Amino acid sequence: MRSIEGQDAEGVFEIELKLLLEAIFQRYHYDFRDYARSSLRRRLRQAMERFGASSLSVLQDRVLHDAHALPILLDYLTIQVSEMFRDATHFLALRRDVLPILATYPSLKIWIAGCSTGEEVYSMAILLEEEGLLDRAIIYATDVNEEALHKAEAGVYTLDRVPGFSESYTKAGGKGSLSDWYTAAYNGVVFDRRLRRNVVFSDHSLSTDGDFTETHLVMCRNVLIYFDRELQDRAIALFEQSLMPRGFLALGAKENLRVSSHAAAFETFNTHERIYRKR
Amino acid sequence: MTHRASLPSTPMPLGSVDAIVLGASAGGVDALLAILSALPSSLMLPMIAVVHIPRDKPSLLVKVLGARAHIAVREACDKDLLLPGLVIAPPDYHVLLDVARGGRHLAGAQDVHLALSNDEPVSYCRPSIDVLFQSAAEVFGPRVAGLVLTGANDDGALGLQAIKANGGLCAVQSPDEASARRMPEAAIASAQPQLVAPLNGIIQWIIALDAERAGDTEGTVFRER
Repeated sequence: MRSIEGQDAEGVFEIELKLLLEAIFQRYHYDFRDYARSSLRRRLRQAMERFGASSLSVLQDRVLHDAHALPILLDYLTIQVSEMFRDATHFLALRRDVLPILATYPSLKIWIAGCSTGEEVYSMAILLEEEGLLDRAIIYATDVNEEALHKAEAGVYTLDRVPGFSESYTKAGGKGSLSDWYTAAYNGVVFDRRLRRNVVFSDHSLSTDGDFTETHLVMCRNVLIYFDRELQDRAIALFEQSLMPRGFLALGAKENLRVSSHAAAFETFNTHERIYRKR
Repeated sequence: MTHRASLPSTPMPLGSVDAIVLGASAGGVDALLAILSALPSSLMLPMIAVVHIPRDKPSLLVKVLGARAHIAVREACDKDLLLPGLVIAPPDYHVLLDVARGGRHLAGAQDVHLALSNDEPVSYCRPSIDVLFQSAAEVFGPRVAGLVLTGANDDGALGLQAIKANGGLCAVQSPDEASARRMPEAAIASAQPQLVAPLNGIIQWIIALDAERAGDTEGTVFRER
């Protein structure tokens, strides 16, 4: 069915996109309405192929009437890409410059917002353990995607990703070998369960839920790029409310607070690594 | 300008566009240096480029290209507005064009901004030329020009096809001149671009597009934020 083309098709796609996001929100209370449009459009085109749907309207019909379709669609709508110690210099800066300051507190709360399948949770836990801080820390690891959270909790990653993780671990100032922290099993590795003794995995939406807890450090990397400006602002307000005075905010390498109306609440701690500090 | 000798034999495809998106791979840095050193500082048309570089290396591209350019050369940051000059995709991120809330795709350029994405590599590429071009086709419709330069893979072919399908202008560097001919050839086969020309012709085309846009009152008015 290809009766319309070019610009007309784009206009219709746009209408269907709005309707689909509204339908998902009303039916399942997942709110993607304020996600950056261009990435959503790409992902939904991929989802249409996966479902064999000729249009977003067909996809909407499926997701409204078949609850099994939702988790599959969520995998397209939520961010699933993550690596351990991605941008190793960022983790090096946390280790060298931020953790010594956090070490002066008797107990630590760290919120990893949008933790996806947990790669940064284990990165942070290893960092804290190696600096002798994990025992007095609580890490709140949150995501909207429950399937991703289950994977994060399992801590199992495929073997082919491990060389990249190991290289980044070393560049991030790792004190031993990454293999100290995992056991190889079948075609994958399982991270040491002791690393998550103080990790709380929890379902949380930056679109619809409130602030989390009195935290010393919020890490939210390469999540905000998927939000539109208004939703970015909402998330940054949540981080600000969640952080105690002088708490730290760690963003992704190409994210910044420049366009946020909450920018004034933060000072820059490390420009290049996008680490900010609440005033 | 002294590029007359190599004017393309086909007439230059012109129209009023709000941006040029371009992609290059193997040999791309030299091609971009040649283009940038010939473009005047008065050029107002925003250009957004994807150049394939090793994923794990911090990009020196901005520094290298900026040294020879008369226009501003910057690395893309999330939510940046389109401004005169060349914006380059950072290593390991896709760059897309996006419109702000309330804005509609194809509604015009006034609120178009850059959006970064961490999504999976496309055909082993991140950044991907196809991803940038497809988003440009969706956001701008006919008001965008796509340009594919030298390269040794097929990235950009589908994206250029999308730009063409939505009424935009397409140009490809002559495969005979390109240091790697596969990417131009793939783009030509896939998109049937309105212009296939050596770099000298491409440079004249960019300057002509900028002049067209300057005479078009519907074009974006740039203002300092």
